[in-house]
Amino acid sequence: MTPPRSPGFDTLSLHAGQQPDPTTGARATPIFQTAAYVFRDTDHAAALFNMERAGHVYSRISNPTTAVLEERIAALDGGVGAIATASGQAALHLAIATLAGAGSHVLASRALYGGSHNLLDYTLRRFGIDTTFVDPRNLSAWREAIRPNTRVLFAETLGNPGLDVLDIAGVAEIAHAAGLPLLVDGTFTTPYLLRPFDFGADLVCHSATKFLGGHGVAIGGLLVDSGAFDWERSGRFPELTEPYAGFHGMDFQEESTVAAFLLRARREGLRDFGACMAPFTAFQLLQGIETLSLRMDRHIANTRAIVGFLCEHKAVASVNYPELPTHPDHQLAKTMLPKGCGAVFTFEIQGGRAAGRKFIETLRLFSHLANVGDAKSLVIHPASTTHFRLDDAALRAAGIGPGTIRLSIGLEDSADLIDDLALALRASQKP
Amino acid sequence: MAMQLDIHGHAAWAYTGGKAFNPTLPVVVFIHGAEHDHSVWALQSRYLAHHGRAVLAVDLPGHGRSAGAPLARIEALADWVVAVLDAAGVATATLVGHSMGSLIALECAARHPQRIAKLALVGTAFPMRVADELLNATRDDEPTAQQMVNLWSHSALAHYPGNPGPGFWVAGVNRRLMERQRAGVMHADFTACNDYSNGLEACRSIVAPVLLVLGKRDVMTPPRAAQDLIGALPNARVVQIEGAGHAIMAEKPDELLEALRAFVP
Repeated sequence: MTPPRSPGFDTLSLHAGQQPDPTTGARATPIFQTAAYVFRDTDHAAALFNMERAGHVYSRISNPTTAVLEERIAALDGGVGAIATASGQAALHLAIATLAGAGSHVLASRALYGGSHNLLDYTLRRFGIDTTFVDPRNLSAWREAIRPNTRVLFAETLGNPGLDVLDIAGVAEIAHAAGLPLLVDGTFTTPYLLRPFDFGADLVCHSATKFLGGHGVAIGGLLVDSGAFDWERSGRFPELTEPYAGFHGMDFQEESTVAAFLLRARREGLRDFGACMAPFTAFQLLQGIETLSLRMDRHIANTRAIVGFLCEHKAVASVNYPELPTHPDHQLAKTMLPKGCGAVFTFEIQGGRAAGRKFIETLRLFSHLANVGDAKSLVIHPASTTHFRLDDAALRAAGIGPGTIRLSIGLEDSADLIDDLALALRASQKP
Repeated sequence: MAMQLDIHGHAAWAYTGGKAFNPTLPVVVFIHGAEHDHSVWALQSRYLAHHGRAVLAVDLPGHGRSAGAPLARIEALADWVVAVLDAAGVATATLVGHSMGSLIALECAARHPQRIAKLALVGTAFPMRVADELLNATRDDEPTAQQMVNLWSHSALAHYPGNPGPGFWVAGVNRRLMERQRAGVMHADFTACNDYSNGLEACRSIVAPVLLVLGKRDVMTPPRAAQDLIGALPNARVVQIEGAGHAIMAEKPDELLEALRAFVP
């Protein structure tokens, strides 16, 4: 007998978490623009508050539109559930705040989005959470930096902006040997290119603002739990395995064998920090996810065309894309990212900082801004924007040079993008 | 909150619904199905525990937090449930069982009629034959067997309100829960279901009131597969839930709770 087939990625992108609205017949996900929900009676109210019944109470905690997005990303990532947050940063913060507190330690890749670096290296230190940064390619460094008070390991699937391909299986093995979960930022890859849980990651956060939405109109984040990490066996997470006075003395691991983390995160971090996603934002992001695979294929095709063009151009000193044999993670990328290594990459322009500035100012189709993953092509100079807080040494450690240009390739005709780049490269080399 | 018991020298664990167990209240024992644990009953067990009942949502031997080897016969599991009642100081209890758990509850009520106040069989069938391909897969290829069961257990790609709450992907929760069970448990459980032959005989010994809750879109234990049981239990109350597959607790938690609320003492 042929085993039954699970629904495919595209089917889940369109249907997971949503059926036609039973009241109105609406096929699209309705925007439930409401702050609160009527209780049927006092017993119903008490049961909802005490998690004896599932349902919505107040849209900071959950909302029917947002829940569709949460279930959909969980289905696509292969997790048990998700929490939608006000931004990708809020998702990262929620993950860490659920697992760590004052006196805790986070072990993170040093090749991170500048905003994540800020959160870990400056802001969370102020709240007593210490972070050590390691070279994500150096597995021994990960292993050796774990401390008794470490609570989570964190890295990006593709490091920003050096595109270090994370050896998820390798880092997860180190984390699990120490009884710790691995949290991975999957923003650059989306579940279409890479499902970190399949390689052993335990939690995934996304900036849904990027490729998941794809349109660059909505700020949002998602935190997804694989449900596979055994908090009880780890013994390092009393927040999940002992009664929580802040929620009726609930022991979340007892309550749900596989949902403990998200139950606590929703009933503590989302409830108390309040960085929830608005239902309209969830609706906008759902529109994007419906076409995720189609868009990602086009992003990748355009990226490959442009990488090929840049590699041949004399004004380009080097191109940093994991599909190129010159990239240090080329072999790993072939195994982990067969559909493509994303649509964000960097190259080094001949002539350094001045040439970079001229190049960016000459571009017409590429938009100079601090975002990635838009349907439109984007360009930025990390040394002066996303990573401006880092000194030269730290910049180099994160794989960035003064002439590094980061491109986020959109969905335009690749020939037009190449024309735009060709003009700007020529201009950059003029004295 | 939970109760830890010693049953025949092995630790047995039961969730008590977030309240301390008080055996002077009417006792409800929830019995999960194959490759599952107590957490499939999270909502229903927690509700009843906060509404005047003493709840034991057990992890069967070898499942979840209960130690020992899984018992591969329904009759042995039925006796194990009574041993749990003895250890917890419970004279009589209502049993609520899902799938394999429903067979355990049925057999337990037949073997120990004086101990069972009422009997609720959820997602049940008799005989509960398991297709050879699935039974072999539970022995030879657990991931494939889990995938089969997960697909056949759910009737839709979307559920309201989600289980155990909004934002959970029901099929994902079920998949991970099955993956958590120890190797060998799945085959023991499905073998127990497949081999159980005493169902109709057991019905003759049942004196307790019986409720059957069936999912209209259940393809694992479809309502027609419960007809022999219904015929052998002429006084049983039968509730069929619209839009529910086999995973009734997750797919239609409120509808199941309403059926249980109206039935459980």
